[in-house]
Amino acid sequence: MNFSLEGRTYVVMGVANKRSIAWGIARSLHEAGARLIFTVASERFEKSVRDLAETLEGGEESLVYECDVTNDEAIIQTFENIQKDVGVIHGLAHCIAFANRDELKDEFLNTSRDGFLTAHNISSYSLTAVARAAQPLMTDGGSILTLTYLGGEQVVKNYNVMGVAKASLDASMKYLANDLGKRNIRVNAISAGPIRTLSAKGVGDFNQILSVIEERAPLRRAVTQEEVGDTAYYLMSDLSRGVTGEIIHVDSGFNIVSY
Amino acid sequence: MAETFDRVKKIIVDRLDVEESKVTMEASFKEDLEADSLDVVELVMELEDEFDMEISDEEAENINTVGDAVNYISSQS
Repeated sequence: MNFSLEGRTYVVMGVANKRSIAWGIARSLHEAGARLIFTVASERFEKSVRDLAETLEGGEESLVYECDVTNDEAIIQTFENIQKDVGVIHGLAHCIAFANRDELKDEFLNTSRDGFLTAHNISSYSLTAVARAAQPLMTDGGSILTLTYLGGEQVVKNYNVMGVAKASLDASMKYLANDLGKRNIRVNAISAGPIRTLSAKGVGDFNQILSVIEERAPLRRAVTQEEVGDTAYYLMSDLSRGVTGEIIHVDSGFNIVSY
Repeated sequence: MAETFDRVKKIIVDRLDVEESKVTMEASFKEDLEADSLDVVELVMELEDEFDMEISDEEAENINTVGDAVNYISSQS
């Protein structure tokens, strides 16, 4: 069996900087031979993504598109542009989430309607909108993956509205897996353990969350970007061809522990 | 302290793409160095790595100027 991603093209959405999980995914896919396309939320992230892409061998030619996932027309336009520029894509990594920082601490009870809708709009609905726009480009079948977190399955301190949005994201992922399965497109989620990313730092007391993992997770350590990236490689490759609608925990086993 | 300032300055110049001469103890990240809120979080993370320390959310909120960062780091080592 050939597990190389050579000759395949993947869209990675949501790289912010070198610490981003999306960047770990990009590196693993690149190492496996994939051609990469990046999308960024706004111009603000464009330079840092271009600079990072240039560090990959042959990465100077990586395409970077702006894609505001809160805007349906912008999403459609982005994928039309991608279709024009590269034709077929074989997969997509959706690594996008947002909530107001002041709602990622204290009580969930105080979540505002606006804050709730913003978190769900950007972190959950965007997967469906993006999958719809991307699937016409996946004429050879494909693999879509998103990033979720334990806070969508259980209550995690301070994760609050983002946990509720992740629960919605998990359910969306499963419904999309069912719809897209007949076109040979698989949809899965990776539930990564806490990693020191820009987004994670927005969650109150993040350093403390990390130290609990180091103490109690079966592997007694946090996971790395590379480990999540390699699971993404598995999900994008034919190794996982029978897997869809699944949440794979890459979290040192922390989700099985309840003490 | 002077050594800490130099290390902090290097990180700021790298991250924010600003002229070295603009990075003074009095310079405010947001006003003088034109950092947005994400830049500030990125800087805090770079400082945590560079100085192998943890800066809590409350402490990070009090870091407004280059001097605040240098003084905080010096007080911890």
